[in-house]
Amino acid sequence: MPRMGFFTDTSVCIGCKACEVACKEWNAIPSDGALDLTGESFDNTSELGANSWRHVAFIEKSVPSQDASAPDGVRWLMASDVCKHCTHAACLDVCPTGALFRTEFDTVVVQQDVCNGCGYCVSACPYGVIDQRKDDGRVFKCTMCYDRIGVGQEPACAKACPTKSIQFGELDDLRARAQERVDALHEQGLADARLYGDSPDDGVGGTGAFFLLMDEPETYGLPPDPVVCSRDLPQMWRQAAIAAGTLLAGLAATFLGRRGQRGE
Amino acid sequence: MSKHRHEPEFTSYYGRPVLKEPTWEPADIAGYLFTGGLAGASSILAAGAQFTGRPALARSLKLGALGAITASAAALIHDLGKPSRFYNMLRVAKPSSPMSMGSWLLAGYGPLAGASALSDLTGVLPAAGRTASVGAGVLGAGVASYTSVLIADTAVPAWHAARHHLPFVFVGSAATAAAGLGLLTAPTGETGPVRRAAVAGAAVELAASNAMEHGTGLAGETFHDGTAGRLLRAAKACTAAGAVGAAVLGGRSRLAAAVSGLALLAGSALTRFGIFEAGRASTKDPKYTVVPQRERLAEKDSAARCDSLVAGLARGAGDQ
Ligand code: SF4
Ligand code: SF4
Repeated sequence: MPRMGFFTDTSVCIGCKACEVACKEWNAIPSDGALDLTGESFDNTSELGANSWRHVAFIEKSVPSQDASAPDGVRWLMASDVCKHCTHAACLDVCPTGALFRTEFDTVVVQQDVCNGCGYCVSACPYGVIDQRKDDGRVFKCTMCYDRIGVGQEPACAKACPTKSIQFGELDDLRARAQERVDALHEQGLADARLYGDSPDDGVGGTGAFFLLMDEPETYGLPPDPVVCSRDLPQMWRQAAIAAGTLLAGLAATFLGRRGQRGE
Repeated sequence: MSKHRHEPEFTSYYGRPVLKEPTWEPADIAGYLFTGGLAGASSILAAGAQFTGRPALARSLKLGALGAITASAAALIHDLGKPSRFYNMLRVAKPSSPMSMGSWLLAGYGPLAGASALSDLTGVLPAAGRTASVGAGVLGAGVASYTSVLIADTAVPAWHAARHHLPFVFVGSAATAAAGLGLLTAPTGETGPVRRAAVAGAAVELAASNAMEHGTGLAGETFHDGTAGRLLRAAKACTAAGAVGAAVLGGRSRLAAAVSGLALLAGSALTRFGIFEAGRASTKDPKYTVVPQRERLAEKDSAARCDSLVAGLARGAGDQ
C-alpha cells in the first residue's frame, strides 16, 4: 500500500472554511459550545483541537504602500492546518496503551475504544495538534478520514475544497506536484513560497500532511523546526539509569561506617 | 528575575501557543512524581536499615513506601480521562513509551513494597519479606528516576530541555524525601544513615537544580518566573534548611529531627510542583517553542554555509 497524504497549497486557499465544515459533518464532531468571536480576523476556530481537525488560519499582513500619500495595503494569508501524520510521530511513540496506531496508509489514528485518556500524546505532539475532549476524557484528532480512504474515497476536506488547496493522494506524487508548484511560484517572483514538512530529513522524518506556505511557519502558528521528542529517548534512559545507580549506591553508602557515632 | 531582560523577537499566530498545555492536573501528576520518588528511595533506605539492625527505621520506611506508592497509583489513575480504562496501560509493553514502561515497573515494584511492609508488620514469612525488601529497594531506584524520563520525553520546552538534569534532580529529591520520612518517624538512635542521606540528597538536588536552571537556554526562564519560580525558591529553602537541621541537630533532638524531616518532605514536594508548573508555563508562551527552534535553524544554516565555503576553498587549493 503506498503512503497516502495531504498536500495543502495555501497559495490558492480562499478561506472559505468548507474543509472545516465538511470535516465536522463527516466525522460527526461536536461543537465547542457557544460561538466565540475572537477578533482574530475571520478566524473563530483559533487552533486545532479535539473538536477541530481542520483549522483555517487568517493572517492580515500590512504591506507598506510605495506612494507616501496612499494608505498601506493588506496582504491576506490563509491556510488550512491539520494533523501532520508524522513519519516519526511522537504521539504514537509515547502512547502507553497502543490506542494510537499506524494504518496501512501510513497515517496515524486513535482507536477510541482503547484510549484511556492519559494525555501523554497531548504533551508529546510538537505541533500542538492532538487534544483531550474535556467532557469525554479521551483524545481526538484527524484520521485522514480512515473510513473514507479505506473504500477508495478522498477525505471529506479534500473533497469539499473548491480551489484544490487541499489535495489528497499518494505522498510521492504529491511531493513531486508540490515541487513543481513551488518552482512555478518562484518563477513568478513569489520568493516567499516554500514547502513545509516535505523533507524526510526534518526533525519528524517528514510529514504525511505537508504544506506550501507563503511566509514563515510561525506566522501560521506552526513550529519552525519541530523535532520528535522520542529521538532523544535512548539518551534519556541512559541518563536515568546512571541517576538510579547513583541513588542506589549513594543510599547504600550511608549505611557504611561505625554504629554508635554521635547520636546513634 | 530582572525586568530588563532582553525579550527576543519572534513571530506567532496572534500570540497563541504552538503547543497544547499538558492535560495533567498538578495535584495528580506533580503528586505522582513526589510520591513515586518518596516510595522508591524509602525502599532503598528500608532495605539498608533492615540489614544493619535498625528495625524501627526499617518498619516506618517500609510502611511509608507502601503508602506513598499507593497514593502514587491512585493519583495516576485519578488523572486519566477514562479512569475505568486504567487496565489498558497493561495491554501492551511499549519500550518507546516511558508511561508504559513505568506502569510495568510499578506493577513489579508495588507488590514487593507491599509484601515487604506486611511481612515486617505481621512477622509472617520473615525471610520472604526480607527478600521482597531487597527487590523493592532495587526496583525503587528505577521508580524514583524513571519519572524524569516520563516528563522529559515530551515537546514541553522546559522539560525536554532539562532532560540531562532532571534524573539527578529527581533522585536527589527522592533521597531527601525518604530521609525526611525517616527523620520524622524513627527514633534518633537509628537515624544516622538517613541524616547522611538528607545531606547527600540535598547536595545532589540543589546542584542539579542549579545546573538545570542555567543549562536549559531560554526555557530555563520558566524555572525562575511566576508560580514555578516561587515554588522552586521555597523548595530550595526547605531542602537546605532540612538538610542543615538534620546534620546539626537531627542526632540530638527528636523534635529537631522531626521538624527537619518535615522540611525535607516539603522541599521535595515543592520541587516537583515547581518543575511541573515551569513545564506548563513553557507551553503557554509560543516564544519558548519558536525562538530556540529558530536559533537551531540559524546554526544549521551557518554550519552549512561554512561547509560549502570550506569545500570551495579546498577546491580552489586543489586547482592550483
Ligand atoms: S502532528 Fe502531532 S498528532 Fe499528528 S501525527 Fe504528528 S505528533 Fe501525532
Ligand atoms: S490519551 Fe489515549 S491516545 Fe493519547 S497517549 Fe494516552 S492512551 Fe494513547
